[in-house]
Amino acid sequence: MVNRIFDLYDDLEKDRIMLSFTGALSTGLIAAILNLVERKLEHSEHAPAVRKRVFNVVMECLHNLFHHNKHRAAADSSSGHGEGGQGVVVIAHDGRGYSVFTGNAMAQSEVDALKQRLDLLNGCGPDELRELYKNTLNNGTFSPSGGGGLGLIDMARRSGRKLEYGFIPLDNNNTFFSLNVNIAPKNHPLHHERHSP
Amino acid sequence: MNDILLEGSPKTPTVHFNSTTGLLELRGRSIPENSIEFYRPLIDWIDQYAQAPKAKTLLRVQLEYFNTSSSKCILDLFKKLEQVRNAGHAVEVHWHYEVDDEDMLEAGEDYQAIISLPFKMIQVEEVDDK
Repeated sequence: MVNRIFDLYDDLEKDRIMLSFTGALSTGLIAAILNLVERKLEHSEHAPAVRKRVFNVVMECLHNLFHHNKHRAAADSSSGHGEGGQGVVVIAHDGRGYSVFTGNAMAQSEVDALKQRLDLLNGCGPDELRELYKNTLNNGTFSPSGGGGLGLIDMARRSGRKLEYGFIPLDNNNTFFSLNVNIAPKNHPLHHERHSP
Repeated sequence: MNDILLEGSPKTPTVHFNSTTGLLELRGRSIPENSIEFYRPLIDWIDQYAQAPKAKTLLRVQLEYFNTSSSKCILDLFKKLEQVRNAGHAVEVHWHYEVDDEDMLEAGEDYQAIISLPFKMIQVEEVDDK
C-alpha cells in the first residue's frame, strides 16, 4: 500500500482533485468539510460569486447525501440489511471550472423517478428553472428534513450546465447513483436577461 | 413578550427579534441540516408578536448563505409577516446582498414575487454577520 501513495497522489494531482471524502457523514463532518472547502476556495478562486456558488452546491450535495443516508440507514435497520450511510464526495477544479461529484447507493425502485426528475431539470432553461424553483418553494410539500426537491433545482440553477449523472446496478435491489454538478469558472448570470419580477 | 437573541454559529444565523422596536434581524449563515427545528421557535415568536405588533415592523435579512431547507422556513417567516400586514400594520423587508452576489439578489426577488410584502433590495460590500 505504501508504494501506492505516490500513484494515488499523482492521480489526485492529475485530476485536479481539491477534496475527496468517502464514508458516513455526520453533521460535524459536514461542518468540517464545508470549512475546508471554504478555505481551499479562498486560494483557488478569485471571483466571490463563483466561490459562493461552489460552496452552495457542495453544501446541498452533502445535505442530500446526509439525508439520503439517514433515510436509507433507517430502512436498512428495519429490513435487516446492514449497509447504510456510505457515500463519496469529490471536488475537482479544472479547465471546465469546478466539478462536484457525489455518489451513493440507492434503491433500484427509486431510480426511474430520480432519472425523470433529472431529465426534466436538464430540459429546462434558466428562466424555467427559476419558475420551477419558485413554484416548488411556494406550493411544494416538504419532507421533515425540509427538502422537497428544491435542492436539485437549486444546484441546476447555480450550475448553469446540465447535471451529469449515471446509474450502475449493484445487485437486484440496489443501484449506485453518481452526480456531477459542474460550475463554470466564469460568472454566469442565473438567467440571461435581468428583469424585475 | 420576550425578545429573541441568538448568536450566530457556522451553520445558523444571528437572530435578533425585538418586540419593542419591531426590528427583526436575520444575519449570517443559515445552513443547518434540520432547518425546521431551528426556525420553529422563530415562527412561533412571530405568531405571538402578531397579536400586538408595532405600528411598523422591519425584517432585515442579511444572509451570506442559506440552504434550500432554510428557504422554505424563511418563506414561512415571510408568510407570517404577510398576515401582520394584512391585519393593517406596516411591514417591510430589507433584503441585503453582497456586491457581485447576483444569486442572493435573485433569491430575494424570488421571495418578492411570491410574497405580498414591500421589499427593499440593499447592496452592501459585505454582509454584517456579527
